[in-house]
Amino acid sequence: MITSATHNPITALGRLTQAFFCAFGSLAVFAVQMLASLKRGLPRRHVVVPILYEVGVRSVPVVLITGTFIGMVMAVQTYQQFKMMHMESRLGAIITMTLVSELGPVLAATMLAGRVGSAMAAELGTMRVTEQVHAISALGADPINYLGVPRVLACVTLIPMLTAIADSVGILAGWLFSWQVLGINSHEYWMYTEQFVTGWDVGAGLIKSVFFGCAIAIIACQQGFHCGAGAEGVGRAATQSFVLSFISILGLDFLLTIVLNNTYYLIWPQAVSLATSLSISGAW
Amino acid sequence: MSSAIELQNIRCVFNNQKVLWNLNLKISVGETVAIVGESGCGKSVTMKVMMRLLKPNAGALKWFGSDVQSLSIQTQREQRLRLGYLFQGAALFDSLTIYENVAFGLRQIGNYSEQQVQRIVVSRLEEVGLDADIVHKRPSEISGGMQKRVGLARALALSPDVMFYDEPTTGLDPVNSRRIDDLIHSVKEAHGVTGIIVTHDLRTVQRVADRIVMLYPKRKIDGEDSQVIFDGTLADLAASTDVRVKEYVGDELNAKKLSASPPQTATEAA
Repeated sequence: MITSATHNPITALGRLTQAFFCAFGSLAVFAVQMLASLKRGLPRRHVVVPILYEVGVRSVPVVLITGTFIGMVMAVQTYQQFKMMHMESRLGAIITMTLVSELGPVLAATMLAGRVGSAMAAELGTMRVTEQVHAISALGADPINYLGVPRVLACVTLIPMLTAIADSVGILAGWLFSWQVLGINSHEYWMYTEQFVTGWDVGAGLIKSVFFGCAIAIIACQQGFHCGAGAEGVGRAATQSFVLSFISILGLDFLLTIVLNNTYYLIWPQAVSLATSLSISGAW
Repeated sequence: MSSAIELQNIRCVFNNQKVLWNLNLKISVGETVAIVGESGCGKSVTMKVMMRLLKPNAGALKWFGSDVQSLSIQTQREQRLRLGYLFQGAALFDSLTIYENVAFGLRQIGNYSEQQVQRIVVSRLEEVGLDADIVHKRPSEISGGMQKRVGLARALALSPDVMFYDEPTTGLDPVNSRRIDDLIHSVKEAHGVTGIIVTHDLRTVQRVADRIVMLYPKRKIDGEDSQVIFDGTLADLAASTDVRVKEYVGDELNAKKLSASPPQTATEAA
């Protein structure tokens, strides 16, 4: 039996690779266009403030809820394991470390991608479909500068704050649950947290979040500006925006973890991390 | 007469489909040209290329005698402010009020004080027959006919030398259609604005156009024949013996009736 060229796995892989590089190239070009549009100046306050409100203030409730539950789930999940090793008093360290370095930034970014990124892609897509983007050009403005730059600025500046909120409520919820429900000594909880979690860990999480915010906003704007025709095109842009943002968050998290860990050990070669103190050899 | 807009050998290809192929068109200053033709022949694309909202794959575009490609981005933006565009669906910004929509272009230029902006916005809205009490409404709160008029006021706020009208009467009732035709006519009379109208409505053509250009879809044309199958006055259109022209005009309006009846404005009709 002869396999047709379109169903050939090699052809399919080739097409997938081509699509990946096309998408990546399109994103890169869009990011450069956005940077270039900054030459026209920063967006005006009356344009930025409503976007800041939408991205920041209206994301707080969902970040509070997810942060709270993640903190408590972390406590429940790690308690049994640590109890078997008679290390339950160190619960605070592992919950706080996991939250500030990984879960807080990733969860805040995922919430932002789902709540704000998709909405941005859909809004810009609708504006494109209804020719509002063309109207901006026709009226002498640069659509990327007017619509894209404020959104990127809002995401980049506010995501560290959302991450800090997610971290804080997660840590508090984890502590409350561990202390009140699991019976962990509150003093030991905070003592080990202070011992193992450094300012670098918190800072690294916040640095990661800036990259996540930038990626989410650029992807959402690019998908919106290049969305297909009609309601179907807008819907697809919103979905694609979330999927691509989520993949980017995970990919960036992996790369940034390597870079930041290496930077940490480059600056403080003698530093003792939680991983080394628990006798877990670090891969990086 | 000097040219306001000129297209030279314009080619536009979308998804391997030739929409415009070696299109040549010259619009003189002060004239009102209607571009007609069946759906998919590239009328709206032609207008967007003229406005440079779409970049052609090949060919040259000239604004007031200057090749647009040779202009810097900044000069292109400045020159584009001499061109106004009324979009098919008005394309008003949903998130802004009527006032903010009309003021948008003026604020982008940044040369006007807020008092000047306010004066221009109110006068343009009055010019298109809208009361100042709608300025705080959102586009979704007004009718389609009013949206078109706000779109026209927004385009006129920048005092353009050339106005593009993309299917200005599509989706409007006869009264609103006539009102828009009146406005197109009065814009030309009051400001001497060059007009380019894409429409299927031959009554609009009859009322406002000095010259009619008919395009034909490239896919139906053999070889390198021109897509412009007709270029002339209303009387020439009615008298045309080209089967393709007769077919189009006959579908829309009786050619003899078209040539016989004089243009009638909404005011006259009332």
